[in-house]
Amino acid sequence: MLNFRTSIRKNAIVQFLGVLLILQLICIGYAADVSAGETVTRITIAYIKQAAKRPPNLSNLEALPENEGFAGGQISIHANNTTGRFVKQEFVLEEVRAGTGESPLAAYQALLDKGVSFFVLDVPADTLLKMADMAKGKNVLLFNAGAPDDRLRGADCRDNVMHIVPSRAMYTDALAQFLVRKRWRDWFLVTGPRGRDKLFAEAVKKSAKKFGARIVAEKNWDFGPDARRTAHAEVPTFTQGIDYDVLIVADEFGVFGEYIMFRTWDPRLVAGTQGLRPSTWHRTHEQWGSAQLQSRFVKRFKRRMTALDYQVWAPIRAIGEAATRTRSGDFGKMEAYLKGNDFELAGFKGLPLTFRKWNWQLRQPILLIHPAALVSVSPQQGFLHQRSVLDTLGLDKKEAGCTLNRNGK
Amino acid sequence: MWRWLNVITIALAASIAAASPARAFKVYVTNEKDNTVTIIDSETLKVEKSFDVGQRPRGIIITKDGKRLLVCASDDDTVQVFDIKTHKLLYSLPSGPDPELFILHPSGNPLYIANEDDNLITVIDLETRKILSEVPVGVEPEGMGISPDGKVLVNTSETTNMAHFIDTETFEITDNVLVDSRPRVAEFSADGSQLWVSSEIGGTVTVIDPATRKIIKKISFGLPGVTREALQPVGVRLTRDGARAFVALGPANRVAVVNAKTLEVEKYLLVGQRVWQLAFTPDEKYLFSTNGVSNDVSVIDVARLKVIKSIRTGRFPWGVVVSPE
Repeated sequence: MLNFRTSIRKNAIVQFLGVLLILQLICIGYAADVSAGETVTRITIAYIKQAAKRPPNLSNLEALPENEGFAGGQISIHANNTTGRFVKQEFVLEEVRAGTGESPLAAYQALLDKGVSFFVLDVPADTLLKMADMAKGKNVLLFNAGAPDDRLRGADCRDNVMHIVPSRAMYTDALAQFLVRKRWRDWFLVTGPRGRDKLFAEAVKKSAKKFGARIVAEKNWDFGPDARRTAHAEVPTFTQGIDYDVLIVADEFGVFGEYIMFRTWDPRLVAGTQGLRPSTWHRTHEQWGSAQLQSRFVKRFKRRMTALDYQVWAPIRAIGEAATRTRSGDFGKMEAYLKGNDFELAGFKGLPLTFRKWNWQLRQPILLIHPAALVSVSPQQGFLHQRSVLDTLGLDKKEAGCTLNRNGK
Repeated sequence: MWRWLNVITIALAASIAAASPARAFKVYVTNEKDNTVTIIDSETLKVEKSFDVGQRPRGIIITKDGKRLLVCASDDDTVQVFDIKTHKLLYSLPSGPDPELFILHPSGNPLYIANEDDNLITVIDLETRKILSEVPVGVEPEGMGISPDGKVLVNTSETTNMAHFIDTETFEITDNVLVDSRPRVAEFSADGSQLWVSSEIGGTVTVIDPATRKIIKKISFGLPGVTREALQPVGVRLTRDGARAFVALGPANRVAVVNAKTLEVEKYLLVGQRVWQLAFTPDEKYLFSTNGVSNDVSVIDVARLKVIKSIRTGRFPWGVVVSPE
C-alpha cells in the first residue's frame, strides 16, 4: 500500500508552528502524454482533512482507513487527468492532514498564498466558516465534503462554499420518505449525548413534521460509554411501554446505536444513524454504472470505497468537468460554469447532480443502507416537487434562510 | 358471431402473410444477471431456448459469416465465442479487462472492444486471436461505432464525456468531441454522413458530422408525465435508408422515434422498464428493445411504429443482436 502510494507521488513532511501537518503532493505525470511544445493548463486542487475528535468506544471494532477521503480524490484526479490528456489540462491534488486538536489554518493560508483556487474540505463547520472568511475577495471556491450541518446551508451559508455532503435535513428527509412510504409512521426517538446527536435529532423531528410521521416518544441515552455488555439489561427497560413502529437513533459516532437493535422490549426496527441509515455511498451500491467506480477503487486501494471517499471524489470530478467544458483553467470561467445552468455531474446515482442556487447544496439521491445491503434510494416514488424531485430532500428555497452575499468575493 | 370472428381472423392472417413473406431470424439477448443468452424466434416471437454464458454478459454480436456468436462476459474479463448452431463455447478471446461493448470492422475483422475498467480499446484479429493494438481512451469507454468504410472507429467514454475518433489504420486518436454527460452509444448512419451519440445523464443525443467533427444538432426529449431526469438515452439505431432513428430512453420506458432528416422527435413508443439496447431484424420489419428492469424485450413493428409484443427473458436483459438469416 505505502509502496504503491509513494511510487506515484512525492511526499514532503512540513512542520507548521510546532504542529505536524502532512502536506502531500501528488503529481501524476500526464505531461508526458501531451506532445512537447504545447502548453498544458495546470489546475491544482487541495484536499484538507481535520480529524474529528471521536470517542474511543468502537475504535477497536472498525478502524477508519487512514486514507479515507483522499483515496476518493486520487481516483477522481486520475479520471480528470485521463480526460485532461485530450484537452491539454493537467490536474494536481495536494493533501493537508491535521490531527485531532491541530489546526489546518496555517497550511490553508500557505496554499491560498500560493494561489490555489479549489479546496475540498473535510473539516468541522466552525473551521469551514473561518476558511470561507479567509478566502473572501479571492478567486477561491471551497467544497464541503464532510460537514452536514444545516446552518451551513442556512444562516451561515457562504457564496464561496459549495456543499457536496448532504445536509442532516437531506439525510433525515431521505429516511423519513422511506418510512412514511412503508407506513411506519410512529417513531420513538433516542438521542445520544453529543451536540451532533442533538442536531441529528432536530433534523429527524423536522422531517417527521414535513412528511407526516409522529414522534410518539423521545428519550436521551445517557448510560455512559460502551454499552456492549450492559445493553441486554438496559435497553429492554429503556424501551418498555412505548407504542411505536420504528426506533430512530441519533448517535452519529456510533457509541451505543448498534446495541439497541434486537434488544428492544418489543420486536421493533431501528433506523437513523444505525440500523437503516442514509448515506451518499455504500459498498453494496452497484446501480447506474457505480459497479465500475467501485471496482476501480478496490483494484487500486485494496479496500471498499466509503461515503467520505465519494464525497471527495464528486467535487474533484465537478472541478474537472468545469475545466473540460469551459476548455479553460480560468477561475472566473470555471466558477461561472459550476454555478451556472449548464452544470451537471454524472455521479452514479441515476440522475444528473446539480447545485441548488439558493445555498450551493448539491442535489443528489440518497442511499438507504444497512451494513450488508442497499435497501432503497430516496427520493421515494410519489414524493413530488415543482422544481426537481431531488428538492424533496433537504432545505427548500424558502425554508433554508440563506442569503448569499454575492459581492462577498 | 364466432363464425364472423373466425372469418375476420383468417382474412387478417392471410393479408398479413401476403404482405410480408415470413422470414425467421433468431434474436439473441444477453441477460446480465442470469449469465445466460435467450434465443427468440423472430417469426413466432417466442423464446426458443436459453443457454449459459460467462459472468455478467453484456455486449453481443454475430460474426460476418453468421457462424459465431460473440459475447462480452464482463466479470470474466473475456469475450466468449460460441457456435451459433450448437451454442457450444468454442474459445475465449483475450479481450482485456471488463469488456462491455464491441464492434466488428465492416469487412468482418478485426474486432474492437471497449474495456470499461482500463480506459482502453483492445483491437483483436479474429483469425489469429491475437491483440493487434490497445488504444488509450477516456474514462469508462463504452459506446463503439465504426464508419461504413471502416476507416474511422468512434468510442465514447462515459466519465470523460467524449466521442474519440480513432484511425483504424494507425490506431491513433485523430479528434475528440465533447458531448453531454455519460455517453453510452455511438452509431453511424448507413451512408456515413452522420454519427449519433447518446448521453444518458445529459438526456440528449448529439448528431455529429464525422467529416468535420462538428455538432449538427443536439436532440432533446420530453413528454408529459415523465420527468426530465428519467429521459436517459442509451441505445440508438438508424434505418438503412436514413429516414428514421430509434432511441431507447432508459427509465422513461420509451423508445423515441426520430426523423433522421429533420432531427425532430416524431413519436414515443411505450416499452418495458429501463430500456437500453436495440436491434433490428435484417429486413427492418421489427426492432427489439431490451428492458432491464421488467426482464423482457419489446417488439416494435417498424412500419406501423407500434409495440406489438413483450417477450419474457432472463434477469436484466442487456444486449441484443439478430442473426442475418
